[in-house]
Amino acid sequence: MTLRTALAAGAIAAATLVAAGCGGGSDGGSVTADGSSTVGPYVTAAAESFRDENGADVTVGISGTGGGFERFCRGETDISNASRPIDEDEVAICKENGVEYVELQVANDALTVVVSSANDWATCLTVDELNAIWKPGSTASSWSQVRASFPDEPLELFGPGTDSGTFDYFTEVINGDGGASRTDYQASEDDNVLVQGVKGTEGGMGYFGFSYYEENQAELKALEIDGGSGCVAPSVEAAQGGEYVPLARPLFVYASTEALGRSEVESFLRYMLEHETEIAERAQFVPLNQAQIDENLAKLDDVT
Amino acid sequence: MSRRTKSRLFVAAMMLCLGVSFGTLAWLLVTTLIDGIPALSQQLFIDPPSTVAEEAGARPAILATVYLAALLLLMAVPVGVLTAIYLEEYARKERWYNRLLELNIQNLAAVPSIVYGILGLAFVVRGPVSVGRVLLAGAIILTLLVLPTVIIASREAIRAVPGSIRQGGYALGATKWQVVSRQVLPASIPGIATGSILALSRAVGETAPLLLIGALQYVAFDPTILGAFTALPVQIYTWVKLPDPAFQTLAAAGIIVLLAIVLSMNAIAIFLRNRYRQTW
Repeated sequence: MTLRTALAAGAIAAATLVAAGCGGGSDGGSVTADGSSTVGPYVTAAAESFRDENGADVTVGISGTGGGFERFCRGETDISNASRPIDEDEVAICKENGVEYVELQVANDALTVVVSSANDWATCLTVDELNAIWKPGSTASSWSQVRASFPDEPLELFGPGTDSGTFDYFTEVINGDGGASRTDYQASEDDNVLVQGVKGTEGGMGYFGFSYYEENQAELKALEIDGGSGCVAPSVEAAQGGEYVPLARPLFVYASTEALGRSEVESFLRYMLEHETEIAERAQFVPLNQAQIDENLAKLDDVT
Repeated sequence: MSRRTKSRLFVAAMMLCLGVSFGTLAWLLVTTLIDGIPALSQQLFIDPPSTVAEEAGARPAILATVYLAALLLLMAVPVGVLTAIYLEEYARKERWYNRLLELNIQNLAAVPSIVYGILGLAFVVRGPVSVGRVLLAGAIILTLLVLPTVIIASREAIRAVPGSIRQGGYALGATKWQVVSRQVLPASIPGIATGSILALSRAVGETAPLLLIGALQYVAFDPTILGAFTALPVQIYTWVKLPDPAFQTLAAAGIIVLLAIVLSMNAIAIFLRNRYRQTW
Protein backbone atom coordinates (compact mmCIF):
# COMPACT_ATOMS: atom_id res chain seq x y z
CA MET A 1 0.00 0.00 0.00
CA THR A 2 1.46 3.34 -0.92
CA LEU A 3 0.95 6.35 1.25
CA ARG A 4 -1.29 7.89 -1.38
CA THR A 5 -3.71 4.95 -1.53
CA ALA A 6 -3.82 4.85 2.25
CA LEU A 7 -4.74 8.53 2.36
CA ALA A 8 -7.34 8.09 -0.35
CA ALA A 9 -8.88 5.15 1.51
CA GLY A 10 -8.95 7.25 4.67
CA ALA A 11 -10.66 10.12 2.90
CA ILE A 12 -13.31 7.83 1.43
CA ALA A 13 -13.92 6.28 4.82
CA ALA A 14 -14.27 9.74 6.35
CA ALA A 15 -16.75 10.86 3.71
CA THR A 16 -18.90 7.75 4.13
CA LEU A 17 -18.87 8.12 7.86
CA VAL A 18 -19.91 11.76 7.76
CA ALA A 19 -22.66 10.93 5.30
CA ALA A 20 -23.86 8.06 7.50
CA GLY A 21 -23.53 10.17 10.63
CA CYS A 22 -25.64 12.99 9.28
CA GLY A 23 -28.21 10.74 7.70
CA GLY A 24 -29.98 10.09 11.01
CA GLY A 25 -32.26 12.41 12.89
CA SER A 26 -35.92 11.86 13.46
CA ASP A 27 -39.17 13.45 12.47
CA GLY A 28 -40.73 13.56 15.92
CA GLY A 29 -38.04 15.49 17.81
CA SER A 30 -36.08 14.14 20.73
CA VAL A 31 -36.46 13.94 24.49
CA THR A 32 -33.67 13.28 26.97
CA ALA A 33 -34.31 11.62 30.31
CA ASP A 34 -31.82 10.48 32.94
CA GLY A 35 -31.86 9.36 36.56
CA SER A 36 -32.92 6.47 38.76
CA SER A 37 -32.16 2.90 37.76
CA THR A 38 -35.45 1.88 39.41
CA VAL A 39 -37.58 4.26 37.34
CA GLY A 40 -35.44 3.88 34.19
CA PRO A 41 -37.08 0.66 32.93
CA TYR A 42 -40.53 2.25 33.26
CA VAL A 43 -39.61 5.33 31.23
CA THR A 44 -37.79 3.12 28.74
CA ALA A 45 -40.88 0.99 28.21
CA ALA A 46 -42.91 4.17 27.72
CA ALA A 47 -40.28 5.47 25.27
CA GLU A 48 -40.48 2.29 23.20
CA SER A 49 -44.19 2.41 22.53
CA PHE A 50 -44.17 6.21 22.24
CA ARG A 51 -41.54 5.91 19.52
CA ASP A 52 -43.62 3.36 17.64
CA GLU A 53 -46.58 5.72 17.62
CA ASN A 54 -45.04 9.19 17.32
CA GLY A 55 -41.59 8.66 15.88
CA ALA A 56 -39.95 10.77 18.60
CA ASP A 57 -36.58 9.64 19.91
CA VAL A 58 -36.36 9.37 23.67
CA THR A 59 -33.04 8.59 25.34
CA VAL A 60 -33.13 7.25 28.88
CA GLY A 61 -29.94 7.32 30.93
CA ILE A 62 -29.41 5.58 34.26
CA SER A 63 -27.13 7.76 36.37
CA GLY A 64 -29.01 7.15 39.62
CA THR A 65 -31.53 9.54 41.17
CA GLY A 66 -28.84 11.92 42.46
CA GLY A 67 -26.80 11.79 39.25
CA GLY A 68 -29.96 12.45 37.25
CA PHE A 69 -30.84 15.56 39.28
CA GLU A 70 -27.29 16.82 38.94
CA ARG A 71 -27.67 16.86 35.16
CA PHE A 72 -31.30 18.01 35.27
CA CYS A 73 -30.49 21.05 37.40
CA ARG A 74 -27.73 22.05 34.97
CA GLY A 75 -30.36 22.06 32.24
CA GLU A 76 -28.77 19.10 30.44
CA THR A 77 -31.87 16.89 30.43
CA ASP A 78 -35.60 17.38 29.85
CA ILE A 79 -36.82 14.76 32.31
CA SER A 80 -35.27 13.44 35.51
CA ASN A 81 -36.30 10.03 36.81
CA ALA A 82 -36.36 9.75 40.59
CA SER A 83 -37.11 7.06 43.13
CA ARG A 84 -37.41 9.71 45.88
CA PRO A 85 -38.57 13.33 45.92
CA ILE A 86 -36.00 15.99 45.00
CA ASP A 87 -34.03 17.07 48.10
CA GLU A 88 -33.27 20.56 49.41
CA ASP A 89 -29.73 20.79 48.04
CA GLU A 90 -30.94 19.79 44.60
CA VAL A 91 -33.81 22.28 44.75
CA ALA A 92 -31.28 25.02 45.51
CA ILE A 93 -29.06 24.08 42.55
CA CYS A 94 -32.04 23.98 40.19
CA LYS A 95 -33.12 27.38 41.42
CA GLU A 96 -29.65 28.82 40.99
CA ASN A 97 -29.60 27.67 37.36
CA GLY A 98 -33.15 28.82 36.73
CA VAL A 99 -34.51 25.34 36.07
CA GLU A 100 -38.21 25.13 36.96
CA TYR A 101 -39.97 21.80 37.03
CA VAL A 102 -43.11 19.84 37.73
CA GLU A 103 -43.12 16.61 39.74
CA LEU A 104 -45.24 13.75 38.39
CA GLN A 105 -45.75 10.35 39.94
CA VAL A 106 -45.49 7.62 37.30
CA ALA A 107 -45.66 4.39 39.29
CA ASN A 108 -45.80 2.84 42.73
CA ASP A 109 -43.12 0.64 44.16
CA ALA A 110 -43.14 -1.65 47.14
CA LEU A 111 -39.68 -1.90 48.64
CA THR A 112 -39.41 -5.57 49.38
CA VAL A 113 -37.48 -7.11 52.25
CA VAL A 114 -36.46 -10.60 51.20
CA VAL A 115 -34.94 -13.61 52.86
CA SER A 116 -33.78 -16.92 51.45
CA SER A 117 -36.51 -19.42 50.62
CA ALA A 118 -34.71 -21.76 53.03
CA ASN A 119 -35.67 -19.40 55.84
CA ASP A 120 -38.69 -21.04 57.50
CA TRP A 121 -38.79 -19.02 60.71
CA ALA A 122 -39.44 -15.42 59.69
CA THR A 123 -42.65 -14.35 57.94
CA CYS A 124 -43.26 -10.89 59.28
CA LEU A 125 -41.05 -8.21 60.83
CA THR A 126 -42.03 -4.98 62.52
CA VAL A 127 -40.47 -1.67 61.60
CA ASP A 128 -38.76 -1.65 65.02
CA GLU A 129 -37.17 -5.01 64.33
CA LEU A 130 -35.97 -3.83 60.92
CA ASN A 131 -34.60 -0.71 62.56
CA ALA A 132 -32.75 -2.83 65.14
CA ILE A 133 -31.12 -4.74 62.29
CA TRP A 134 -30.27 -1.86 59.96
CA LYS A 135 -29.69 1.15 62.23
CA PRO A 136 -26.21 2.69 62.24
CA GLY A 137 -23.98 0.89 64.72
CA SER A 138 -26.26 -2.14 64.96
CA THR A 139 -24.33 -5.26 65.87
CA ALA A 140 -27.11 -7.80 65.31
CA SER A 141 -25.33 -10.76 63.77
CA SER A 142 -27.76 -13.56 64.50
CA TRP A 143 -31.47 -14.03 63.89
CA SER A 144 -31.97 -14.81 67.58
CA GLN A 145 -30.98 -11.22 68.35
CA VAL A 146 -33.81 -9.97 66.14
CA ARG A 147 -36.51 -11.88 67.98
CA ALA A 148 -35.93 -14.35 70.82
CA SER A 149 -38.04 -17.04 69.15
CA PHE A 150 -35.84 -17.10 66.02
CA PRO A 151 -33.04 -19.67 65.75
CA ASP A 152 -29.41 -18.77 66.28
CA GLU A 153 -28.70 -18.56 62.56
CA PRO A 154 -26.08 -16.04 61.35
CA LEU A 155 -27.73 -12.93 59.91
CA GLU A 156 -26.09 -11.82 56.68
CA LEU A 157 -27.18 -8.54 55.16
CA PHE A 158 -27.32 -7.40 51.55
CA GLY A 159 -28.45 -3.98 50.40
CA PRO A 160 -28.05 -1.27 47.77
CA GLY A 161 -25.15 1.18 47.88
CA THR A 162 -25.36 4.79 48.99
CA ASP A 163 -25.91 6.25 45.48
CA SER A 164 -29.22 4.50 45.26
CA GLY A 165 -32.59 6.17 45.81
CA THR A 166 -33.76 2.85 47.26
CA PHE A 167 -31.10 3.15 49.97
CA ASP A 168 -32.14 6.74 50.71
CA TYR A 169 -35.79 5.78 50.99
CA PHE A 170 -35.29 2.68 53.11
CA THR A 171 -32.98 4.40 55.58
CA GLU A 172 -35.35 7.37 55.77
CA VAL A 173 -38.42 5.36 56.75
CA ILE A 174 -36.74 2.60 58.74
CA ASN A 175 -33.89 4.45 60.44
CA GLY A 176 -35.55 7.88 60.47
CA ASP A 177 -32.72 9.58 58.63
CA GLY A 178 -32.01 9.28 54.90
CA GLY A 179 -28.53 7.85 54.50
CA ALA A 180 -28.12 6.55 58.09
CA SER A 181 -27.45 2.84 58.00
CA ARG A 182 -25.12 0.27 59.41
CA THR A 183 -22.30 -0.13 56.97
CA ASP A 184 -21.09 -3.68 57.57
CA TYR A 185 -23.34 -5.26 54.97
CA GLN A 186 -22.63 -6.36 51.43
CA ALA A 187 -23.56 -3.41 49.27
CA SER A 188 -24.10 -3.44 45.54
CA GLU A 189 -25.74 -1.06 43.07
CA ASP A 190 -26.54 -4.13 41.03
CA ASP A 191 -29.77 -5.64 42.33
CA ASN A 192 -28.96 -8.98 40.71
CA VAL A 193 -25.95 -9.28 43.00
CA LEU A 194 -28.26 -8.79 45.98
CA VAL A 195 -30.67 -11.41 44.65
CA GLN A 196 -27.84 -13.92 44.25
CA GLY A 197 -26.46 -13.10 47.70
CA VAL A 198 -29.72 -13.58 49.58
CA LYS A 199 -30.62 -16.65 47.55
CA GLY A 200 -27.37 -18.40 48.42
CA THR A 201 -27.34 -17.62 52.16
CA GLU A 202 -29.71 -19.39 54.52
CA GLY A 203 -29.70 -16.55 57.05
CA GLY A 204 -29.47 -13.83 54.40
CA MET A 205 -31.63 -10.73 54.23
CA GLY A 206 -31.77 -7.92 51.70
CA TYR A 207 -34.04 -5.25 50.28
CA PHE A 208 -34.78 -3.90 46.80
CA GLY A 209 -37.60 -2.85 44.48
CA PHE A 210 -40.66 -5.11 44.05
CA SER A 211 -39.92 -5.97 40.40
CA TYR A 212 -36.68 -7.72 41.29
CA TYR A 213 -38.54 -9.84 43.83
CA GLU A 214 -41.26 -10.62 41.29
CA GLU A 215 -38.71 -11.87 38.76
CA ASN A 216 -37.05 -14.10 41.33
CA GLN A 217 -39.92 -15.14 43.57
CA ALA A 218 -39.23 -18.84 43.04
CA GLU A 219 -35.98 -18.49 44.94
CA LEU A 220 -36.72 -15.73 47.43
CA LYS A 221 -39.24 -15.17 50.16
CA ALA A 222 -40.69 -11.71 50.76
CA LEU A 223 -41.32 -10.74 54.37
CA GLU A 224 -44.53 -9.12 55.49
CA ILE A 225 -44.02 -5.76 57.14
CA ASP A 226 -45.81 -4.57 60.25
CA GLY A 227 -45.88 -0.78 60.13
CA GLY A 228 -48.03 -0.51 63.24
CA SER A 229 -51.33 -1.82 61.95
CA GLY A 230 -50.65 -5.49 61.30
CA CYS A 231 -48.56 -7.54 58.91
CA VAL A 232 -48.93 -6.68 55.20
CA ALA A 233 -47.25 -8.56 52.39
CA PRO A 234 -45.83 -6.52 49.50
CA SER A 235 -48.19 -6.65 46.52
CA VAL A 236 -49.56 -4.49 43.74
CA GLU A 237 -52.79 -3.78 45.59
CA ALA A 238 -51.13 -3.08 48.92
CA ALA A 239 -48.76 -0.62 47.25
CA GLN A 240 -51.53 1.21 45.37
CA GLY A 241 -53.90 1.32 48.29
CA GLY A 242 -51.25 2.56 50.69
CA GLU A 243 -51.64 -0.36 53.14
CA TYR A 244 -48.04 -1.46 52.66
CA VAL A 245 -46.58 1.03 55.12
CA PRO A 246 -44.01 2.34 55.38
CA LEU A 247 -42.21 0.70 52.46
CA ALA A 248 -44.59 1.52 49.59
CA ARG A 249 -43.12 4.45 47.77
CA PRO A 250 -43.99 6.64 44.83
CA LEU A 251 -41.74 6.75 41.77
CA PHE A 252 -41.41 10.10 40.04
CA VAL A 253 -40.35 11.87 36.93
CA TYR A 254 -39.48 15.57 37.08
CA ALA A 255 -40.02 17.53 33.89
CA SER A 256 -38.50 20.92 33.29
CA THR A 257 -41.18 23.49 32.46
CA GLU A 258 -38.97 24.93 29.77
CA ALA A 259 -38.74 21.54 28.06
CA LEU A 260 -42.52 21.13 28.41
CA GLY A 261 -42.82 23.97 25.93
CA ARG A 262 -41.62 21.52 23.29
CA SER A 263 -44.56 19.50 22.04
CA GLU A 264 -42.68 16.17 22.01
CA VAL A 265 -41.83 16.43 25.72
CA GLU A 266 -45.39 17.30 26.68
CA SER A 267 -46.92 14.57 24.55
CA PHE A 268 -44.43 12.01 25.86
CA LEU A 269 -45.43 12.72 29.46
CA ARG A 270 -49.12 12.66 28.59
CA TYR A 271 -48.59 9.40 26.76
CA MET A 272 -46.82 7.94 29.79
CA LEU A 273 -49.73 8.75 32.11
CA GLU A 274 -52.52 7.89 29.69
CA HIS A 275 -51.04 4.47 28.88
CA GLU A 276 -50.11 3.80 32.50
CA THR A 277 -51.52 0.28 32.81
CA GLU A 278 -50.01 -1.14 29.62
CA ILE A 279 -46.61 0.39 30.29
CA ALA A 280 -46.58 -0.81 33.89
CA GLU A 281 -47.56 -4.29 32.81
CA ARG A 282 -44.88 -4.37 30.12
CA ALA A 283 -42.14 -3.12 32.43
CA GLN A 284 -43.50 -5.02 35.47
CA PHE A 285 -44.20 -2.08 37.74
CA VAL A 286 -47.03 -1.43 40.15
CA PRO A 287 -49.26 0.94 38.15
CA LEU A 288 -50.96 4.06 39.48
CA ASN A 289 -54.67 3.67 40.15
CA GLN A 290 -57.14 5.85 38.26
CA ALA A 291 -57.31 8.53 40.96
CA GLN A 292 -53.53 8.87 40.94
CA ILE A 293 -53.45 9.08 37.13
CA ASP A 294 -56.11 11.83 37.08
CA GLU A 295 -54.30 13.79 39.77
CA ASN A 296 -51.02 13.75 37.83
CA LEU A 297 -52.67 14.58 34.51
CA ALA A 298 -54.23 17.60 36.23
CA LYS A 299 -50.77 18.66 37.44
CA LEU A 300 -49.51 18.42 33.88
CA ASP A 301 -52.48 20.45 32.60
CA ASP A 302 -51.59 23.22 35.05
CA VAL A 303 -48.16 23.81 33.59
CA THR A 304 -48.86 23.36 29.89
CA MET B 1 17.14 -33.93 42.71
CA SER B 2 18.75 -34.94 39.45
CA ARG B 3 19.25 -32.57 36.58
CA ARG B 4 16.66 -34.41 34.54
CA THR B 5 13.98 -34.15 37.20
CA LYS B 6 14.63 -30.43 37.47
CA SER B 7 14.32 -30.11 33.76
CA ARG B 8 11.03 -32.00 33.72
CA LEU B 9 9.69 -29.97 36.62
CA PHE B 10 10.46 -26.78 34.73
CA VAL B 11 8.58 -28.00 31.67
CA ALA B 12 5.66 -29.01 33.87
CA ALA B 13 5.59 -25.57 35.50
CA MET B 14 5.52 -23.89 32.09
CA MET B 15 2.72 -26.15 30.92
CA LEU B 16 0.75 -25.31 34.04
CA CYS B 17 1.12 -21.58 33.39
CA LEU B 18 0.08 -22.02 29.79
CA GLY B 19 -2.84 -24.15 30.94
CA VAL B 20 -4.07 -21.48 33.37
CA SER B 21 -4.18 -18.70 30.79
CA PHE B 22 -5.35 -20.82 27.90
CA GLY B 23 -7.83 -22.77 30.03
CA THR B 24 -9.43 -19.60 31.38
CA LEU B 25 -9.79 -18.18 27.88
CA ALA B 26 -11.20 -21.42 26.49
CA TRP B 27 -13.63 -21.78 29.38
CA LEU B 28 -14.85 -18.17 28.96
CA LEU B 29 -15.27 -18.60 25.21
CA VAL B 30 -17.12 -21.89 25.49
CA THR B 31 -19.52 -20.80 28.25
CA THR B 32 -20.24 -17.50 26.47
CA LEU B 33 -20.88 -19.29 23.19
CA ILE B 34 -23.21 -21.79 24.87
CA ASP B 35 -25.08 -19.02 26.69
CA GLY B 36 -25.25 -16.61 23.79
CA ILE B 37 -25.90 -18.66 20.67
CA PRO B 38 -29.67 -19.01 21.31
CA ALA B 39 -30.02 -15.21 21.22
CA LEU B 40 -27.74 -14.72 18.24
CA SER B 41 -30.38 -13.95 15.66
CA GLN B 42 -31.17 -11.37 13.03
CA GLN B 43 -33.19 -9.53 15.65
CA LEU B 44 -30.02 -8.68 17.56
CA PHE B 45 -28.75 -6.72 14.56
CA ILE B 46 -31.93 -4.98 13.41
CA ASP B 47 -33.92 -4.19 16.58
CA PRO B 48 -33.34 -1.45 19.15
CA PRO B 49 -33.08 -2.43 22.84
CA SER B 50 -36.30 -3.06 24.71
CA THR B 51 -37.61 -3.69 28.21
CA VAL B 52 -38.97 -7.00 26.93
CA ALA B 53 -36.11 -9.44 26.31
CA GLU B 54 -37.90 -11.18 23.43
CA GLU B 55 -38.05 -7.92 21.45
CA ALA B 56 -34.64 -6.57 22.35
CA GLY B 57 -31.80 -6.08 19.90
CA ALA B 58 -28.59 -4.13 19.90
CA ARG B 59 -28.63 -2.35 16.55
CA PRO B 60 -27.89 1.18 17.90
CA ALA B 61 -25.09 -0.16 20.10
CA ILE B 62 -23.48 -2.26 17.36
CA LEU B 63 -23.61 0.64 14.89
CA ALA B 64 -22.21 3.05 17.47
CA THR B 65 -19.31 0.72 18.17
CA VAL B 66 -18.54 0.49 14.44
CA TYR B 67 -18.72 4.31 14.15
CA LEU B 68 -16.49 4.70 17.18
CA ALA B 69 -13.91 2.36 15.66
CA ALA B 70 -13.96 4.29 12.36
CA LEU B 71 -13.72 7.72 14.00
CA LEU B 72 -10.95 6.42 16.20
CA LEU B 73 -9.04 5.23 13.15
CA LEU B 74 -9.45 8.62 11.48
CA MET B 75 -8.36 10.62 14.53
CA ALA B 76 -5.86 8.48 16.40
CA VAL B 77 -3.80 7.09 13.52
CA PRO B 78 -2.85 10.34 11.68
CA VAL B 79 -2.05 12.18 14.92
CA GLY B 80 -0.20 9.21 16.36
CA VAL B 81 1.84 8.51 13.24
CA LEU B 82 2.82 12.15 12.74
CA THR B 83 3.89 12.39 16.39
CA ALA B 84 5.94 9.24 15.98
CA ILE B 85 7.62 10.60 12.83
CA TYR B 86 8.48 13.81 14.64
CA LEU B 87 9.93 11.96 17.62
CA GLU B 88 11.92 9.49 15.55
CA GLU B 89 13.04 11.52 12.56
CA TYR B 90 13.01 15.17 13.54
CA ALA B 91 13.29 15.54 17.31
CA ARG B 92 16.75 16.09 18.70
CA LYS B 93 17.11 13.80 21.69
CA GLU B 94 19.49 16.14 23.49
CA ARG B 95 16.78 18.78 23.92
CA TRP B 96 15.11 18.48 27.35
CA TYR B 97 11.60 19.15 26.05
CA ASN B 98 11.81 16.23 23.64
CA ARG B 99 12.88 13.92 26.44
CA LEU B 100 10.03 15.26 28.61
CA LEU B 101 7.61 14.61 25.76
CA GLU B 102 8.82 11.02 25.44
CA LEU B 103 8.58 10.38 29.15
CA ASN B 104 5.04 11.78 29.18
CA ILE B 105 3.90 9.57 26.36
CA GLN B 106 5.29 6.48 28.09
CA ASN B 107 3.47 7.44 31.28
CA LEU B 108 0.20 8.25 29.52
CA ALA B 109 0.12 4.72 28.13
CA ALA B 110 -0.15 3.46 31.70
CA VAL B 111 -2.96 5.78 32.85
CA PRO B 112 -6.14 3.83 33.75
CA SER B 113 -8.93 4.32 31.25
CA ILE B 114 -11.40 5.63 33.84
CA VAL B 115 -9.12 8.66 34.29
CA TYR B 116 -9.56 9.46 30.61
CA GLY B 117 -13.29 9.24 31.22
CA ILE B 118 -13.11 11.83 34.00
CA LEU B 119 -10.92 14.04 31.83
CA GLY B 120 -13.41 13.66 29.00
CA LEU B 121 -16.36 14.55 31.21
CA ALA B 122 -14.65 17.70 32.47
CA PHE B 123 -13.04 18.92 29.24
CA VAL B 124 -14.87 17.37 26.30
CA VAL B 125 -18.47 16.87 27.44
CA ARG B 126 -18.54 19.96 29.64
CA GLY B 127 -15.89 22.67 30.01
CA PRO B 128 -13.82 24.06 27.13
CA VAL B 129 -14.95 21.75 24.33
CA SER B 130 -18.55 21.22 25.55
CA VAL B 131 -19.76 18.94 22.79
CA GLY B 132 -22.21 17.24 25.17
CA ARG B 133 -22.78 13.54 25.70
CA VAL B 134 -22.44 12.57 22.06
CA LEU B 135 -20.70 9.94 20.01
CA LEU B 136 -17.96 12.39 18.99
CA ALA B 137 -17.10 12.95 22.67
CA GLY B 138 -16.74 9.19 23.12
CA ALA B 139 -14.50 8.98 20.06
CA ILE B 140 -12.32 11.86 21.28
CA ILE B 141 -11.84 10.24 24.69
CA LEU B 142 -11.00 6.85 23.20
CA THR B 143 -8.59 8.62 20.83
CA LEU B 144 -6.76 10.14 23.79
CA LEU B 145 -6.75 6.71 25.38
CA VAL B 146 -5.12 4.91 22.44
CA LEU B 147 -2.82 7.69 21.22
CA PRO B 148 0.15 6.75 23.44
CA THR B 149 -0.09 3.12 22.31
CA VAL B 150 -0.33 4.12 18.64
CA ILE B 151 2.64 6.48 19.02
CA ILE B 152 4.78 3.87 20.72
CA ALA B 153 3.92 1.17 18.16
CA SER B 154 4.55 3.56 15.24
CA ARG B 155 7.90 4.63 16.68
CA GLU B 156 8.99 1.01 16.95
CA ALA B 157 8.00 0.45 13.33
CA ILE B 158 9.81 3.57 12.10
CA ARG B 159 12.90 2.70 14.12
CA ALA B 160 12.98 -0.73 12.49
CA VAL B 161 13.60 0.83 9.07
CA PRO B 162 17.40 0.54 8.57
CA GLY B 163 19.41 3.74 8.53
CA SER B 164 20.98 2.72 5.22
CA ILE B 165 17.64 3.28 3.48
CA ARG B 166 17.58 6.88 4.69
CA GLN B 167 21.25 7.42 3.80
CA GLY B 168 20.56 6.04 0.32
CA GLY B 169 17.76 8.52 -0.12
CA TYR B 170 19.89 11.46 0.97
CA ALA B 171 22.73 10.30 -1.29
CA LEU B 172 20.38 10.58 -4.24
CA GLY B 173 19.55 14.15 -3.28
CA ALA B 174 16.15 13.61 -1.64
CA THR B 175 14.97 16.12 0.96
CA LYS B 176 14.13 14.97 4.47
CA TRP B 177 10.38 15.00 3.76
CA GLN B 178 10.90 12.97 0.57
CA VAL B 179 12.92 10.36 2.48
CA VAL B 180 10.31 10.14 5.22
CA SER B 181 7.24 10.07 3.00
CA ARG B 182 8.56 7.84 0.19
CA GLN B 183 10.97 5.52 1.97
CA VAL B 184 10.55 5.36 5.74
CA LEU B 185 6.76 5.61 6.03
CA PRO B 186 5.84 3.05 3.33
CA ALA B 187 8.39 0.64 4.78
CA SER B 188 6.94 0.97 8.27
CA ILE B 189 3.24 0.66 7.30
CA PRO B 190 2.93 -3.00 8.34
CA GLY B 191 4.23 -2.24 11.83
CA ILE B 192 2.14 0.91 12.19
CA ALA B 193 -1.00 -0.83 10.96
CA THR B 194 -0.58 -3.79 13.30
CA GLY B 195 0.12 -1.63 16.34
CA SER B 196 -2.69 0.80 15.61
CA ILE B 197 -5.31 -1.83 14.95
CA LEU B 198 -4.44 -3.76 18.11
CA ALA B 199 -4.75 -0.50 20.07
CA LEU B 200 -8.09 0.23 18.40
CA SER B 201 -9.50 -3.18 19.20
CA ARG B 202 -8.63 -2.65 22.82
CA ALA B 203 -10.42 0.71 22.77
CA VAL B 204 -13.52 -0.78 21.14
CA GLY B 205 -13.99 -3.02 24.16
CA GLU B 206 -13.58 -0.16 26.66
CA THR B 207 -16.56 0.47 28.92
CA ALA B 208 -15.41 2.58 31.86
CA PRO B 209 -14.67 5.91 30.13
CA LEU B 210 -17.90 5.66 28.11
CA LEU B 211 -19.97 5.05 31.24
CA LEU B 212 -18.66 8.30 32.69
CA ILE B 213 -19.65 10.37 29.70
CA GLY B 214 -23.19 9.06 29.67
CA ALA B 215 -23.25 6.20 27.20
CA LEU B 216 -25.23 4.24 29.78
CA GLN B 217 -28.65 4.79 28.39
CA TYR B 218 -31.54 3.58 26.31
CA VAL B 219 -31.10 4.73 22.73
CA ALA B 220 -33.50 3.30 20.18
CA PHE B 221 -32.35 5.12 17.08
CA ASP B 222 -29.31 4.80 14.85
CA PRO B 223 -26.43 6.84 16.25
CA THR B 224 -25.18 10.04 14.67
CA ILE B 225 -21.80 11.64 15.31
CA LEU B 226 -23.33 14.53 17.23
CA GLY B 227 -26.14 12.55 18.82
CA ALA B 228 -26.72 10.51 21.97
CA PHE B 229 -25.25 7.05 21.81
CA THR B 230 -24.60 3.84 23.60
CA ALA B 231 -21.87 1.37 22.72
CA LEU B 232 -21.86 -2.40 22.60
CA PRO B 233 -19.80 -2.99 25.79
CA VAL B 234 -22.12 -0.60 27.64
CA GLN B 235 -25.19 -2.37 26.24
CA ILE B 236 -23.80 -5.67 27.52
CA TYR B 237 -23.24 -4.08 30.93
CA THR B 238 -26.84 -2.81 30.98
CA TRP B 239 -28.27 -6.20 30.06
CA VAL B 240 -26.26 -8.07 32.66
CA LYS B 241 -27.81 -5.87 35.33
CA LEU B 242 -31.45 -6.46 34.38
CA PRO B 243 -33.63 -8.79 36.47
CA ASP B 244 -35.07 -10.98 33.69
CA PRO B 245 -32.64 -13.91 33.11
CA ALA B 246 -33.38 -13.76 29.35
CA PHE B 247 -31.26 -10.60 29.26
CA GLN B 248 -28.23 -12.58 30.44
CA THR B 249 -28.56 -14.63 27.24
CA LEU B 250 -28.76 -11.44 25.22
CA ALA B 251 -25.68 -10.12 27.00
CA ALA B 252 -23.80 -13.29 26.05
CA ALA B 253 -24.90 -12.84 22.43
CA GLY B 254 -23.69 -9.22 22.61
CA ILE B 255 -20.32 -10.47 23.86
CA ILE B 256 -20.07 -12.82 20.87
CA VAL B 257 -20.73 -9.92 18.48
CA LEU B 258 -18.16 -7.73 20.23
CA LEU B 259 -15.69 -10.58 20.16
CA ALA B 260 -16.30 -11.05 16.43
CA ILE B 261 -15.68 -7.33 15.80
CA VAL B 262 -12.45 -7.33 17.83
CA LEU B 263 -11.18 -10.61 16.34
CA SER B 264 -11.83 -9.44 12.79
CA MET B 265 -9.91 -6.23 13.50
CA ASN B 266 -7.03 -8.34 14.79
CA ALA B 267 -7.27 -10.50 11.67
CA ILE B 268 -6.91 -7.39 9.51
CA ALA B 269 -3.81 -6.46 11.50
CA ILE B 270 -2.27 -9.88 10.94
CA PHE B 271 -3.17 -9.78 7.25
CA LEU B 272 -1.57 -6.34 6.77
CA ARG B 273 1.54 -7.43 8.60
CA ASN B 274 2.00 -10.52 6.46
CA ARG B 275 1.08 -8.82 3.21
CA TYR B 276 3.45 -5.87 3.49
CA ARG B 277 6.25 -7.35 5.54
CA GLN B 278 9.67 -6.41 4.18
CA THR B 279 13.05 -7.86 4.91
CA TRP B 280 16.27 -6.08 4.36
